[in-house]
Amino acid sequence: MTGTITKDGSEIPLLEAEKLTKIFGTLKACDGIDLKIGTGEIHALLGENGAGKSTLVKMLFGALQPTSGDIAWKGERFTVTSPAMGRSLGIGMVFQHFSLFDALTAAENIALSLDEKSPLDTIATRAREIGQTYGLPVDPDALVGDLSVGERQRIEIIRCLLQNPDLIILDEPTSVLTPQEADLLFVTLERLRSEGKSILYISHRLEEVRRLCDRATVLRHGKVVGQCDPRTQTAASLARMMVGNDIHVIERLPAEWTDRIPLIEVNGLSQRPRGPFSVALHDIYLSITGGEILGIAGVAGNGQGELFEAISGEVLQERPQVVRIRGTDAGRIGISARRKLGAAFVPEERLGHGAVPDMSLTNNLLLSRHSTDRKMFLTGGVLKLVSESSLASAAKRIVVQMDVRKSAENPDASALSGGNLQKFLIGRELDRNPSVIVVNQPTWGVDAGAAALIRQALVDLARSGSAVIVISQDLDELFEISDRIAAMVHGRLSESVPIEAMTMERVGLMMGGADATAGAA
Amino acid sequence: MMRIEIVKRPQHSALFSALSPFIALFLTLIAGAILFSILGKNPISALYSYFVEPLTEVWSIHELLVKAAPLILIAVGLSVCFLSNNWNIGAEGQFIAGGIAGSILPVVFPDFQGWYVLPIMLLLGMAGGMAYATIPAFLKVRFNTNEILTSLMLVYVAQLFLDWLVRGPWRNPQGYNFPETVQFSDSAILPAIWPDSGRAHWGFALAIIAAVVVWFMLSRTLNGFEIKVLGRSSRAGRFAGFSAGRLTFFAFLVSGALAGLAGIAEVSGAVGQLRTSISPGYGFTAIIVAFLGRLNPLGIIAAGLVLALSYLGGEAAQISLGISEKSARIFQGIILFFVLASDSLIYYRIRIVSRLSDTALKGA
Repeated sequence: MTGTITKDGSEIPLLEAEKLTKIFGTLKACDGIDLKIGTGEIHALLGENGAGKSTLVKMLFGALQPTSGDIAWKGERFTVTSPAMGRSLGIGMVFQHFSLFDALTAAENIALSLDEKSPLDTIATRAREIGQTYGLPVDPDALVGDLSVGERQRIEIIRCLLQNPDLIILDEPTSVLTPQEADLLFVTLERLRSEGKSILYISHRLEEVRRLCDRATVLRHGKVVGQCDPRTQTAASLARMMVGNDIHVIERLPAEWTDRIPLIEVNGLSQRPRGPFSVALHDIYLSITGGEILGIAGVAGNGQGELFEAISGEVLQERPQVVRIRGTDAGRIGISARRKLGAAFVPEERLGHGAVPDMSLTNNLLLSRHSTDRKMFLTGGVLKLVSESSLASAAKRIVVQMDVRKSAENPDASALSGGNLQKFLIGRELDRNPSVIVVNQPTWGVDAGAAALIRQALVDLARSGSAVIVISQDLDELFEISDRIAAMVHGRLSESVPIEAMTMERVGLMMGGADATAGAA
Repeated sequence: MMRIEIVKRPQHSALFSALSPFIALFLTLIAGAILFSILGKNPISALYSYFVEPLTEVWSIHELLVKAAPLILIAVGLSVCFLSNNWNIGAEGQFIAGGIAGSILPVVFPDFQGWYVLPIMLLLGMAGGMAYATIPAFLKVRFNTNEILTSLMLVYVAQLFLDWLVRGPWRNPQGYNFPETVQFSDSAILPAIWPDSGRAHWGFALAIIAAVVVWFMLSRTLNGFEIKVLGRSSRAGRFAGFSAGRLTFFAFLVSGALAGLAGIAEVSGAVGQLRTSISPGYGFTAIIVAFLGRLNPLGIIAAGLVLALSYLGGEAAQISLGISEKSARIFQGIILFFVLASDSLIYYRIRIVSRLSDTALKGA
């Protein structure tokens, strides 16, 4: 680069964004954002969902063009017109959702993303070297489909480092890692910093931002609302900056069990993988009584989705007694019949599983309630006419109950933000007052305010006598609401540990496959 | 370096979604005009005799209804299939199967007469179409076979079976060796609606009834909801407790029944006997009708009339312009092309990407 560099290079920031604005239609996603990233610093970008973090990052990286404003790179103004140009400037990006092909090896995946053509052997050697230097051990010849999520992330980071970037953007990197894996990642990042590389670290985990980052920029509603040194802040003060007011603290009275009759039981559930990238389940037992919440921790892809589908009845079991709902053998009956026994289910994927994207909210209400609330929503006897009016009033009730924000009277599910749709989908089930509810990733991608509301609703449901299973990768969430925590690893479920006896370290070991009792020592 | 990308639009225009069939028809007319000019005909008068002249005489409008009846009946059934993601391309075969099954009574038992003959024939026609449509449905559900291929291949089986029947066992012994069955007796003929003015038979009324019933089912009942959910997302459908396999059977049975009904109505109402060929491709043209009608049974009524006009226009063009009646097929193809193109461009836009930005950077 031929930009002017003063004798003291550190005075010119590596990247400086000035008055960066991006307007989509009538929405100002980013509104006059100023951001300075110095050489050799880990800079945190904090903000709730919808605060404008990803729009900002996409503009820096060249995937989006700003409506107005300037970006200066090493003191020189640039218009970054494409990700390829961002890469050649020296900006690397590691995405939250990996873009790797399962059926290719690590080295092949890396080769696909490189702009210049190099032989696979060379790439494999360089990947191995970089892996050793930065503590990112990966076998370049391994098939990506066989690798854990942590290993896949390492491939993404190595792929990024091979381009020799000066600035690395990491989007929610620890959301898929166990605490121990996250610790290893922090070592790598600190090492990169010591070599003078800069890192833009996007996260909503305030504790790790306080531990790792040198500076933080906080966004809210597309504007910068604060810049600080996170090490001098508390998690609570950072959260206040992000949300704009104090976050609702979950009220959790101690569980009172009047009777100890299990409402939902899984007895020796084993299942072969149902496809090339599906996980086998091995000998799973669980039993939950009314009034309690069982939290199931685990890194993504360890069989949580398969367990959910086995309990929900989307996948049937061979023996009926494998799944028991309120004392009835339910292993051979489908999801509608299980709902009629009093169970409710909220899957991880909202669009395309829990809801049909291009269908209205009232239609999506009918989706999971047509069998249990036949009398309310269907008229005309055998004709089964859909009663739009009673659907509309029920949808209205849920919208008010769960504080769902929407732009139209009855919008399509895909028109709602992730958090608002999730509130609606949880409210759709809670509205039935189920005696058993199984929720997979209740607050994935949901902003802090909505997440607190959802967690409180689940706690309240349990305290009113229902059995609740929460499958989550967010350990803070599980510690906040669970009465017991178990962990899934490689399709096995550990013994559950009462919350009083549980520690972060112990659950981390359980998620890594270590014996739960060994971790307690 | 340049490449063309197809990019999904963030929002699609509701106005253009509604206008899309009309835009497609307009573009078809323009393309037709160009085609006629290349053939050395005056495009205005050619289009007039193709698309307007058939509508100026009463008998001709009757012919329009005769042609529209099978198109609407079949397309209404296909809309149920296509909405639920079951790609039944074999309606032509189900049409023929219905025509054959419905003809059993008048051909094999010509002495069996009475008011009840016609209803039994219609029911047998529906049963024949259903039975024939069950084959691809069963293969899809049981063996995960691609229904596009199986249903299409079964069309040729049905055509050859009909050919064999009419030349062989069912040939009229007093028919001077023509490959035809006996003429149906009066009690086996679907009567004309207004016999004084033309040929239009009650098949058209059946088509309108079928369209309204299916429209009601799709828009008002849980069954219609199930069809739309499973058509859009099979995973969400499974979560709702709907069975994709059961629905595949349902969709194929409904469309088979309606195609079979169209077959026997055509044989009994318009032809009066079985011949080696009983359809000028109604089963395939109905696919165009279904899409031009936006898979909405009420829209399909209008689209069926438009495509029926293309058949009449082809015949008229042959007489007055000396162009082969096969030109109707060309028009039908052009319509389908523009319908699908308009729909695609409503949801996607075409972007031409140059690698200019990269070279500019390297130059800097």
